[in-house]
Amino acid sequence: MKSWPLYEVFIRSKAGLHHKHAGSLRAADAEMAIENARDVYCRRSEGVSLWVVLSSDITASNPENSEELFDPAEDKIYRHPTFYHVPDGVKHL
Amino acid sequence: MNVIDIESRFQEKIDTDVRIEPRDWMPDNYRHTLIRQIGQHAHSEIVGMLPEGNWITRAPSLKRKVALIAKVQDEAGHGLYLYSAAETLGADRDQMFEELHSGKAKYSSIFNYPTLTWADMGAIGWLVDGAAIQNQIPLCRCSYGPYARAMVRVCKEESFHQRQGFEIMNVLCAGTPAQKAMAQDALNRFWWPSLMMFGPPDAESTHTAQSKKWGIKRFTNDELRQRFVDMIAPQADHLGITIPDPDLRWNEKTKQYDFGEIDWTEFWQVVKGNGPCNKERIEARTKAWEEGAWVREAALAYAEKQQNNSSSKSKAV
Repeated sequence: MKSWPLYEVFIRSKAGLHHKHAGSLRAADAEMAIENARDVYCRRSEGVSLWVVLSSDITASNPENSEELFDPAEDKIYRHPTFYHVPDGVKHL
Repeated sequence: MNVIDIESRFQEKIDTDVRIEPRDWMPDNYRHTLIRQIGQHAHSEIVGMLPEGNWITRAPSLKRKVALIAKVQDEAGHGLYLYSAAETLGADRDQMFEELHSGKAKYSSIFNYPTLTWADMGAIGWLVDGAAIQNQIPLCRCSYGPYARAMVRVCKEESFHQRQGFEIMNVLCAGTPAQKAMAQDALNRFWWPSLMMFGPPDAESTHTAQSKKWGIKRFTNDELRQRFVDMIAPQADHLGITIPDPDLRWNEKTKQYDFGEIDWTEFWQVVKGNGPCNKERIEARTKAWEEGAWVREAALAYAEKQQNNSSSKSKAV
């Protein structure tokens, strides 16, 4: 028998915050995934909003490409405020 | 990069406490060890619902009943987190169920003991969940990310399990002589099997050294078992019941409790399937799986039918 597809569950813990990945679960369809996510991941008021996404619909970066993707940011210290000199006594900068 | 370089880079990540995530390179044996361990852990949660489920309809009060239902529901949830974690390693969930039902996959031997009286619900929460927490807290820092994250959730939720168990024991011990005797009897029956939950002694534990090197295990079986005894002994004193071990005593020199020899023959018998309830537990799981097959099929057929009708789907915002 075909198994139920895998869904990734994202929870907004309270209004004003991002949805955050909580885990995954299997369900026959998205509606059931929401209901199951409520029971599996929100038994103690963990959330006010749920997203479920078919795991197979997520495109993820490949860890083998991590260097070319993320390393270029490491030597660009001029993107951070600490790179710039502020003379003593100057405020609000 | 050759294989040796990749492997030493992997070990370097482990040694510097960098977590391993699902798509990262990992040695095959690391993957298989984790699938086996997480699978056993998941099965233990699911089978662990059975001894307690036995008492839901006979809980002595509404308060005890809602707590027990919540605890059993948590265990179902914990099993599901863990199956998901195993799936991130490429394990197939249905195959894991099949291996549980065929006896190929193991689960904690403690769940092969019967729950004869209400006090057993107290003893299980206090001792069995107490032992599980000792095992699980270090796993929150396990090198494999999804397993560690599942453990954080599990530990957070399980803290009430042990407390409610201790409370049941505490109330029984402060009750009539018959109630206190019931608590003592539950302790007598669950004490040794609880100590066995930590697994074979270090000298005979085949996986410990490698698992420690890989950051899967942080402490040995004997270290965790000792911590457990040191935690429980004073609690038993508080309850006024006696741990069934004539050799148990405080050792002023080592600042820990000495305790007697564990009957490892019994442990291996239960692991091999000859415990009092092994057959009953597997039968219950298999029956649930087989009799639920039509529901799973029907849900899937319904979902396929609905697939074209996407008008009711609300957009993510």
